Amino acid sequence: MFELLGIPPQALFGQLLIGLINGSFYAMLSLGLAVIFGMLNIINFAHGAQYMIGAFVAWYALQYFGLDYWWSLLIAPIVVGAFGVVLERTMLQRLYKLDHLYGLLLTFGLALVLQGFFLNEFGSSGLPYPIPPSLQGGQNLGFMFLPNYRAWVIVFSLVVCLVTWYLIERTKLGSYLRAATENPTLVQAFGINVPRMITLTYGFGVGLAALAGVLAAPIYRVNPLMGADLIIVVFAVVVIGGMGSILGSVVTGFALGIIEGLTKVFYPEASNTVIFVIMAIVLLLKPAGLFGRTA
Amino acid sequence: MTTAAYQIGAPAKTTTLTHQYVAFGIMTAFFVVAPIFIYPVFLMQALCFALFACAFNLLIGYVGLLSFGHAMFLGTAGYISAHAAKVWGFPPEFAILTGTAASALLGVVAGALAIRRQGIYFAMITLALAQMIYFFALQAPFTGGEDGIQAVPRGTMFGFLDLSDQMTLYWVVLAIFLFGFLLIYRIVHSPFGQVLKAIRENEQRATSLGYKTDHYKLIAFVLSATLSGLAGATKAIVFQLASLTDVHWTMSGEVVLMTLVGGMGTVFGPIVGAAIIITMQNYLAGFGEWVLVIQGAIFVVTVLLFRRGIVGEIAAYLHSKSKSKSVPAEAEQAA
Amino acid sequence: MKLTRTLGLAAVAALAAGTASAQITDNVVKIGVLNDQSSLYADLSGQGSVVAARLAVEDFGAEKKGIKVEFISADHQNKPDVGSNIARQWIDVDKVDVIVDVPNSGVALAVNQVVREKNKVYLNSGAASSDLTGKACSPNTVHWTYDTWMLANGTGKAIVKTGGDTWFFLTSDYAFGHALERDTEAVVVKNGGKVVGKVRHPLNTADFSSFLLQAQSSKAKIIGLANAGGDTINSIKQAAEFGIVQGGQNLAGLLVFLTDVHALGLQTAQGLIFTETFYWDQNENTRAFAKRFAPQYKNMMPTMVHAGVYSAVLHYLKAVEALKSDADGAKVVAKMKEMPTDDPLFGKGTIRADGRKIHPAYLFEVKKPSESKGPWDYYKLRATIPANEAFRPLEESECPLVKKG
Repeated sequence: MFELLGIPPQALFGQLLIGLINGSFYAMLSLGLAVIFGMLNIINFAHGAQYMIGAFVAWYALQYFGLDYWWSLLIAPIVVGAFGVVLERTMLQRLYKLDHLYGLLLTFGLALVLQGFFLNEFGSSGLPYPIPPSLQGGQNLGFMFLPNYRAWVIVFSLVVCLVTWYLIERTKLGSYLRAATENPTLVQAFGINVPRMITLTYGFGVGLAALAGVLAAPIYRVNPLMGADLIIVVFAVVVIGGMGSILGSVVTGFALGIIEGLTKVFYPEASNTVIFVIMAIVLLLKPAGLFGRTA
Repeated sequence: MTTAAYQIGAPAKTTTLTHQYVAFGIMTAFFVVAPIFIYPVFLMQALCFALFACAFNLLIGYVGLLSFGHAMFLGTAGYISAHAAKVWGFPPEFAILTGTAASALLGVVAGALAIRRQGIYFAMITLALAQMIYFFALQAPFTGGEDGIQAVPRGTMFGFLDLSDQMTLYWVVLAIFLFGFLLIYRIVHSPFGQVLKAIRENEQRATSLGYKTDHYKLIAFVLSATLSGLAGATKAIVFQLASLTDVHWTMSGEVVLMTLVGGMGTVFGPIVGAAIIITMQNYLAGFGEWVLVIQGAIFVVTVLLFRRGIVGEIAAYLHSKSKSKSVPAEAEQAA
Repeated sequence: MKLTRTLGLAAVAALAAGTASAQITDNVVKIGVLNDQSSLYADLSGQGSVVAARLAVEDFGAEKKGIKVEFISADHQNKPDVGSNIARQWIDVDKVDVIVDVPNSGVALAVNQVVREKNKVYLNSGAASSDLTGKACSPNTVHWTYDTWMLANGTGKAIVKTGGDTWFFLTSDYAFGHALERDTEAVVVKNGGKVVGKVRHPLNTADFSSFLLQAQSSKAKIIGLANAGGDTINSIKQAAEFGIVQGGQNLAGLLVFLTDVHALGLQTAQGLIFTETFYWDQNENTRAFAKRFAPQYKNMMPTMVHAGVYSAVLHYLKAVEALKSDADGAKVVAKMKEMPTDDPLFGKGTIRADGRKIHPAYLFEVKKPSESKGPWDYYKLRATIPANEAFRPLEESECPLVKKG
């Protein structure tokens, strides 16, 4: 078989697949950000912290209640989502009339509080979280050894993204949501409780972050700073994709994961800057982002 | 209350010009006397951060652009001036100038990219660009990675000011700070500054009046970057150290916090904010990550309860008082 | 400006009209424990180092000898600027006489410089950089527990000798990682091994899978982890997931601490090989120390960094006692170098002219879960590296203090 720049094709396939795994986290997080932004016009800086809390809830549930991974997939989004609802009700709600940047500042503050709190409680070296027994081991695909859990992450996050897309773009509930984004007053006039919808949307977006956190727990260490740097990359993903469309943010997330994966093979030194470089290029060529509508 | 008050960085019902002269006098007097009873190194730190916050405020307070990546200018200037002083053997004045120039250059590039988007996107883009600079600083050989550039010589300024003497250094830092502060004051109160404020209030309107708003925004961005660079370069010479701290995103967050607490769009707010945050960090250093929690909480409380910041609130109070005495509002309102 | 809270007096009861304490600056030996209390190195140093220093003061019997000792501690947040600031203020304002621990090489180098400028004493236990006794060596600094040269040498040599002769490096892409990789590679090659490949990953990488895949396909027997902290933990954890150890390759951690193994759990960490200079379950003395230490520190066993703090503080106090003064930092360190060291944790040893404390090092392997008898029973000893081979020979040192002598 041919070799590409000294990399055998087998290895290349392996790296592509791994890129896809990273991409699923980018996709899920940028999806949540896009959903929240669409409805609240707020960039949720606390998204990374909420992702981290999701992982911690999973760890806590296992440690103290003996609830396994599968329960956590259900519990963590609910718990963290509920927490999000409280935040929205008590704080974010007061800011809707103001400049959107205040929302960013507030959620940034919240992110600091949450991270600081967890650092105090749990330290930063991280806590172990085992891979669920049924997903341990892996498949030898010939070109690579694919751990079962990683395969599961790809499949599961794809499903979550598609379901979310379907909910928002293809159902009646979603159409209310989209309408309320365009013109909240009008939708309110039709007798739909817009403030409650906003609250629930925030809860849902935050829940998605928590779900991603549970997915991440067995792969990465459960640690208070796991979301801090990730969120900045996700911001870049969001800028590249533009927040105009749900599908756009999902596609961008997966695509950038793959690109980053490839960079790790060809030029590992740049693997953590490649997304930012792409962002700069996209800004030069298409300032509104790949899928964005020009404001 | 106009809608402008809801806009970020909008004028917090301003002080009068006399108030500002008095405040400037008090501030200068304070910094002249302070080293007698406050540890001078701490004061120099506060001065560097105050200048940094003022430079940041130029952008948020007067153009309404929230940069979440200003650490890149502080840090880059620090690295370059430290490198210039240590490796190239530049005297401190040239080292500082070189660092500042580097930040100005970076400001041109970053600004040209970032001003293509507004509002939240602007914030996210600056953050992402700063993160890129951070990774660069982490990996580039000359920055020394996690160690930073250490043991930077302070040298002799202009050939006769020996900066290894702590008090000489202090006066130099104070002079640099006052220079930066007055420069910003000049910029804000120039016709150029008026255009910036017009852009902040309503960019479309400014455009329709024939202003090339992008040019103005870029110039303001570069000015802000340059002055942040001046602060960073000075800091590197003072502490004889340039490190990753100054390019990390937490630093970008800190300068936002300083300005927010002190009062965005006020002349003295950033200085007060910087003093408060630096003092707090010093006193709470022993409490580890609680500092993070407290800073976050201050963010939250300030955004929810007093968005005008400390100086903004005071100014608003003075203003309402002078109004009740039915003193006509000054023509020149100094936001 | 007062920077930090004083943690408390450990041994008060100074004799007012004492003779010995008369020359001790302001009648108090003030120990500043400066380390990471909130982040990466908080578990392996942190408040545990304060506990260790207190135990040393207790064992020294400061109280009985009429020497008053006070403690102060702070968090340097792994930032060199914060660290040097605190050090400066401690010495200028709080009259600290000796600064101990300081993990994180960047901060350590900064503190090293400040302490030298102010002529106090710096006892390093937590930081790894062998520059502290090389290029940056100082008459005011003692490097106690371990260093990068020792880690590279110990682990590299021992592994090659036991058959691990082909290496693939997973290197953290910054100065520290590069240095570790370079030193280890030199040792591997010198001992007849071969480096078949390396990949540099950014610091604080969350996902190592693609790097591990490259390591896997290299077919090297040993994957050397030239990284630290969270990166090491993540790479080990994900290596287990990709079945690297089951596939016949071994991981060699170049900088691994007991607390890392604890965080990973034996299931994941088993088979990992690395070098340390202290393990709590080595002998009667170390076990006794651990028994006193654990209840005061979250029931965790002491790491080698904690042990180093204990041993260094003990020796420092002995030197101060002998000199009857703590005023001149360089003199105290000179005295420390002159006196042979002896303590329950590291045994007998010496401090060299370049500030390097000399003692044996040990190559440990992490036990399988089935071999472990209980909590914290993690290591088995694979080899002992005698004191005279463990550290960089003096003739190779770039330290100016040595050249002068």
